[in-house]
Parts: sequence; structure tokens; C-alpha cells
Amino acid sequence: MSAVTSRPPRHEQRNVLPWLVMPALLMFLGFAVLPLVGVFALSFTTWDGIGAIHATGLTSWRKVLSDPGLPHALWVTFLVMAVSWAVQTPASILIGVFLAGRQRYRAVLGVVYFIPLMLSSAAIAIAYKALLNPNFGLGAGLDIDLLSQDWLGRPGLAFGVIIFVVSWQFVPFHSLIYQGGVQQIPKSLYEAAQLDGAGRVRQFFSITLPQLKYTIITSSTLMVVGSLTFFDLIFVLTEGGPGDATRVLALDMYKRGFQASLMGPASVIAVILVLVGLLLALLLRRLGGRDAGASQLEGV
Amino acid sequence: MTTTLPEQRRPQKSAPRERQPVSSRPRRRLNWLGGGAGWLWLIVVAVPLYWSFITSFKQQSNYYDSNPLVPSGDPTLDNYRMVVESDFLRYFLNSVVVTAGAVIPAVLVSFMAAYAIVRGWRMRFLRAVNGLFLMGLAIPLQATIIPIYLIIIKLHLYDNLLALILPSIAFAIPLSVLVLANFIRDVPKELFDSMRVDGATEWTTLWRLAAPLTRPAIVTVSIFNALTIWNGFLLPLVLTQSPEQRTLPLALWNFQGQYGVNVPAVLAAVVLTTLPVLILYAFGRRQLLSGLTAGFSR
Repeated sequence: MSAVTSRPPRHEQRNVLPWLVMPALLMFLGFAVLPLVGVFALSFTTWDGIGAIHATGLTSWRKVLSDPGLPHALWVTFLVMAVSWAVQTPASILIGVFLAGRQRYRAVLGVVYFIPLMLSSAAIAIAYKALLNPNFGLGAGLDIDLLSQDWLGRPGLAFGVIIFVVSWQFVPFHSLIYQGGVQQIPKSLYEAAQLDGAGRVRQFFSITLPQLKYTIITSSTLMVVGSLTFFDLIFVLTEGGPGDATRVLALDMYKRGFQASLMGPASVIAVILVLVGLLLALLLRRLGGRDAGASQLEGV
Repeated sequence: MTTTLPEQRRPQKSAPRERQPVSSRPRRRLNWLGGGAGWLWLIVVAVPLYWSFITSFKQQSNYYDSNPLVPSGDPTLDNYRMVVESDFLRYFLNSVVVTAGAVIPAVLVSFMAAYAIVRGWRMRFLRAVNGLFLMGLAIPLQATIIPIYLIIIKLHLYDNLLALILPSIAFAIPLSVLVLANFIRDVPKELFDSMRVDGATEWTTLWRLAAPLTRPAIVTVSIFNALTIWNGFLLPLVLTQSPEQRTLPLALWNFQGQYGVNVPAVLAAVVLTTLPVLILYAFGRRQLLSGLTAGFSR
């Protein structure tokens, strides 16, 4: 009897589940998928951001692809990506290994390390802008010429500052990932190595690093794909300047769209941004990454 | 003796007696290296924070006569007064409205979706939705900002806090569903079965069984989303215009543009706007940090 009475609700339940997913699905379709499709569509139009939208075929694409600004923006984006990866990865591994140690003082230092993770890019950029001010900043106050340069006014220096501030903001996050990775390495491996007489350095290179392979790929994917979306930080620090020295793709898109009112070409840049991101995520996945899917986290 | 008992630990350990100091010396050396890197990084992180904090209590007129790394002997709250008088309470409330208004619905709908996906895994439709959310993780917000701007204009929501809330919900959904579904999957099947035998509907099971059992995951996901949205800059920059609709990061940027030369005041604004998050950090550090790596730890 009871089996018979429990059947109708079960049938009813089957139909309920798809409805439970609807609110999330509709929100996601409306404000993420539709915009993604929309940006492809808008790249074939001309629009000033206020008036009517005109379909103009490949005009915007031709304009952008023949503009020397595009290869420059791609190059700067690539440089930021490569250099910030090369700086952040060794630092994050070193600090991650350091934090995975058992000593109490390391955990105490960890409390300070992770503070930058809580702050907004805007706040960090503004604090650094004040700190690096050649007349009123920290360097000027200490009266050290080397430190009181026009940090954000010279192309090479401005690029270096961006790499430094990016690292300052994101190394904590990646060392957190590495700390977790290190803690998952079986202790027995180290014990065996110790019995074989391998020193700490040897252990690091022949156990820790190889065991961290997947962690390195995950962290690198997040760094590389995330670096495509550095916007807030660069926008506040340099606005792409001096000149266009730090004008990365995301900034190029914003400036063309919302400052020069050329939404068509800006959409072309956005499409390129999406394609480059996908390409990089796929490439890194080929290298053996497990969850390349979570790749946009750093940029959000 | 030692060679006859190779399986025993002790003889093995003491056997390479000559190598023992060799192996322990590099260990100590690396600890110096690791420790050195650790303390160096502490300085790198702490000096800008410390400098920003102490400078925010100095007077604009004489702060650069003093040693920048020594706290003012005559601290002042004038900078903070100036910041508060620049309507920062309103911006703070705007940030609270946007964050709460986005995180609560986002986590709610994500939880329902995650539950449906786990429970209805046999249905092709739900697996397809799951695949869509997974792909959604790879959509960068920046690249979709122009169509979002267009949609918001068409909805007559430009310069309205709701314009910030709606896209924030959408972009919070993929990761939230992924993490929550992982946790719901861990709930033992027998518990669901016993609920069903008792005649409970999916709706009841969702709230009475799944929600309480996955509460830590819900908290974690909420924290991650809240931090992301609280610190968001691009959406307010593009989708709002009037000062009344500013959220904290945008207000900070505007304040800096207006009073850039007044370094202590700008830094007071930075300190004040980061204070709420830092207070949370002081109390719930573990939760916050685990929230940040929620997507990878599992």
C-alpha cells in the first residue's frame, strides 16, 4: 500500500527538478550568455553607445585589424602575462612551501600575507599611486632619489610597477593554493628520501616540485587567463599610460568603447579577448591541467 | 650487525653516519632561504599597509616634513572627518545593498540549481545545464561589459543599483553551482531515500536535508561572492553615473581624482573603505581564506 501511495509524489518530483534549476538558468542566460552572444553580434555593427545601432558588416573588424594599436595591445597583454607569471610562480611556490611548514610563527606571518586578498584592486592601486608619488610619496619622504622617481610617468618603470603591484595582490592567493598542494604530498616520500640521505634542497627538487605538477598547472592557468582581465588595477594606476605603454586589451576595449564611443571596434576587441582566453585555457589544459575550467577566478 | 638487519629502521638510519651531517646542513641552509623569503615577503606586504595606515593620521600641511615611517606624534582624525563628510556613509550603504542584494539571491538560486543537478543527474536537460554553467566559468566579465551596458539601458536600469546587482548574480552562479553541487553530492544517498520514504517532496528535502548538511559550503560560497562583488569596480564604473549611486571602490577612485594631492586624506579613504573587510578578516580569517580557494580545494 505504502509503495503505491509513494509513487505519485515521486513522479511529481521528477518534474519538479527542472523547475528548480530555472531561476539560475534564466539569470545566467540573460546576463552572461546573452551578453556573450551579443558581443559577437555588436562587433558587426556601428554604435556610439547612445544612439541607434547600425549593422555595418565587417567595418569594425577591418578598422581594428588594420589599427597598429591592436598588435601593440596584444604585445603589452602578452608581456604582462609572461612577466607576471615568471615573477609570481617562483615567489608563490617558495612562500607556499614556507607556509606549509609546521612552525607557529609561519602561521602568524600568514595572517599578514593574506591581507592583500581582502582589498579591492581599486584600493590597492590608489594606495600605491599615493605611495609612488614622486613628490609626496614614500620615496620622497625618505629622501632617497632612487625611490622618488616618476614611477608611473616613464613607460618601463610603469610596466614594472604594474608587475610589482599585481604580484603584491595575487602572490598570496597562489601561495595559498601551493600551501594546500604541499600539504597533500605524502609524508612517507620525504621520510624515504631522508633515509636515502637526500638533503632538503634535493628533496625540494625531486619530491616537492614534481608532486606539485598539477598545482602548478592550476595556478598557472589562473594566472595566465586571469591576467587577461587585469582592468581595475591598470585603469586606476596608469589608465594605460604613459602614452599607451600599459594599454592591455581589456583597457583598449574600455577606452575605445566608453571613452571614444566606438562600441563596434570595442566589441571586436572583446571578441578577441574571449578567443585568446579560450585558446590559452585549452592550451594549458593540454599540458595536463585538471580544472582549467575555474580559470577566470582571478580576474573577477 | 647493521648490514645483517637491513629491514630495521635504526641500523639504516645510523648506517650512513658520514652522510648525516651532509644531509642536515643543506636542510638548515634551506630553512634560512625559506625563512629569509618569508620575512622578506612580510616586509613587502606590511610596509605599504603600515605606511598607508600611519600616513592617514598625519596632517596634510606637515606630513612630508616628518619621517614617513614614523607615526605622527600628533595624530589627527581630520582626514577621516573629511572622508566621512564626502558622503562615504552613503557609498558604504550602496555597497551593502549591492552585495547583499546580489549574494543572497545568487546563492539561493545556485543552491536550488545545484540540488536539481545532483538529484536529477539522469535527466539530459539537467546535465546540459550543468555543462553550460561549467563553460560559463570561462566567460570573462570584462568581455561582456558592452552588451551588458546595452541590456541595462534597454531595461531602463542605467544609473540604478539594480543594474549592478543583476549581472553580479549571473556571474556568481557558475562557480557557486559547481562548489555547492560538489558538496550536495557528498550527502549520503540513504538520507535522501529515507526522506522520500517519509513522503517528503523535493522542495522539503532541499530545505530540510540538503541545506543544513551543506551549510559550511553555503557560507564559503557566500563569502567568496560577497568579497568579489564588494570589491567590484568595472560594473559601477560603466553602469552608474550619478554620485548617489556610487559604491565604495568607485567612490574611492573619484575621491582620489578630486583630492589626489592630499595624500593623507586619500589614504584615510583607502583605510576607511577597507576597514569593514579587514574587521571580517580579523574574526573569520579561516572562513574567508577557505572561501577564496573553494573552487580548487575539491
